[in-house]
Amino acid sequence: MKPSRPSDPYWMLLPTLLLLFVFFVFPLGMLIEHSLLSWDLLTPARYVGLANYRSLLRSGELWQTFVTTLSMSSAVVVGSMSAGLALALLLDRPGRWAAFVRSAVFSAYVVSWVSVGLLFLWLLDADSGIFAALWRVFSDGRAPRWLADPALAPWAVAAVTIWKITGYALVIFLAGLQDVPQSILEAAELDGASPVRRFGSVTWPLLRPTTLFVATTSLIASFQLFDVVRVMTQGGPVRSTTVFVYAIYEQLFLDLRVGRASAEAVVFFVVLLLLTGAQFLLFRTEETA
Amino acid sequence: MNLRGFRPKTWLRQGALCVVAVVWLFPYLWMGLTSLKPLAEIVSAPTALWPKQATLEAYREVFRSLPLARYFFNTSVMALGIAALQILLALPAGYALAKLRFRGKRWAFGLIVATLLVPAQVRFVPVFSLLASVGLVNTLSGLILPFGVSALGTFLVRQALLSVPDAQIEAARMDGAGELYIIYRLLAPLLRPTLISLFLFSFVSHWNDYFWPLVLTTDEHARTLPLAIALLREQGTGVRWHLVMAGNVLLSLPALAVFAAAQRHLLRAVTVRGFGG
Repeated sequence: MKPSRPSDPYWMLLPTLLLLFVFFVFPLGMLIEHSLLSWDLLTPARYVGLANYRSLLRSGELWQTFVTTLSMSSAVVVGSMSAGLALALLLDRPGRWAAFVRSAVFSAYVVSWVSVGLLFLWLLDADSGIFAALWRVFSDGRAPRWLADPALAPWAVAAVTIWKITGYALVIFLAGLQDVPQSILEAAELDGASPVRRFGSVTWPLLRPTTLFVATTSLIASFQLFDVVRVMTQGGPVRSTTVFVYAIYEQLFLDLRVGRASAEAVVFFVVLLLLTGAQFLLFRTEETA
Repeated sequence: MNLRGFRPKTWLRQGALCVVAVVWLFPYLWMGLTSLKPLAEIVSAPTALWPKQATLEAYREVFRSLPLARYFFNTSVMALGIAALQILLALPAGYALAKLRFRGKRWAFGLIVATLLVPAQVRFVPVFSLLASVGLVNTLSGLILPFGVSALGTFLVRQALLSVPDAQIEAARMDGAGELYIIYRLLAPLLRPTLISLFLFSFVSHWNDYFWPLVLTTDEHARTLPLAIALLREQGTGVRWHLVMAGNVLLSLPALAVFAAAQRHLLRAVTVRGFGG
């Protein structure tokens, strides 16, 4: 349509574009500029070229952060997707009880990360937590210190994350199941296909796009994990749960190293862009296939 | 196999449903029960299911030790402010992008979609120094403005407006309606379900937000509830889990209440927008 006055579309977009420019575009430029500085926010900044990137690479810090983030995210994606799919198959039926259980699982997705983090800190408390008590019922030894043991802490935090976001996978899989034609399932049943066979040959292939969507969106989201780590482990013990965003936060607010924090944020941004790019390509090949 | 109505498969399924319900609901129950226990019981019998002497003392103490009214006020103003601003700005922008012809439209649209790729976790480093340089750290404006525009919200409003027939807008123009009237009085009501979903989802995510207030507040002036409750534990409360859980109940109840009242809308928002803020 023709605007009533030629200037109309511009003022309609002005506030949106202005805020996006000030809080998205301009900061990205600033981020790149800051990544080339040595700056502690207190004394004047000094230009150091690519030194921040070099020292992040050389110290092995970047690699360690990447590996930690990737392994925790993979556990979260695999765990929440399998749980979400299993629950979707279980709960894809009418009735108030099924609806209630659906809501219960999804509610964890709506409650804050802080709530969930604090709640599980208490449940997982090594001395007085419920899990430790259950452990003592079934074995005579002391319960493992889930959050104080560097070998266990990442998986404990990942498990809590799975509990929180399975509701997301559940909801998306339930929506996906609505697109599986009932007639095909009934035909397969008449042909004598077992439930397992019906799932393997009909439901699962038809859910492929949904699965891909859940996998990629949850992977990108769990790369940005921070709150639960900050609340439960503060990146520890011995940096075993220092994921990307926590590492950047730590550089900036605990070490006051703006340059290194910015350099790490730039790398993090590139990683996210690559993941998003991969997602885009996957979906394009999926559509043309 | 059907022996007098006993069907193993149904029972298996019911059993599985019960386990699932327990796994997802017990933590809330435990949070509530812990908050009702006195300190003595937390120390002596931390895993006893029911409090022997249920008391609201933990809540009273949390209210005594924290300026909760201020935190509730800050959190509500921030979350409502962000949700309202996002919708207020998304409507005219979405309208221009969906319905009007003008030079630079593809650029504007491209920019909005491109910003979807920049999460708060990437831009917080420079935005923090930016806001610090203009004195907006520790202010509610500093918490609201960086989220005043939702690129996704703008995009979804545009998509929804594409299906509104041009004729309806032209008819309103013939009747002498101005563009602002058309946007906020004619089109906004047509988009009600989309706008409600966006509003509620944005409200709940920002009510819950921990990251941004953590970065942007250093004292209690603009501190929000999630931050205060997390601090409750950090500030050396030791074994005083009843206090932390009482705070946790106060923090999670509003989100759960919105969920209970408007589950349908939140589900809609999640299925269209995917996961995350």
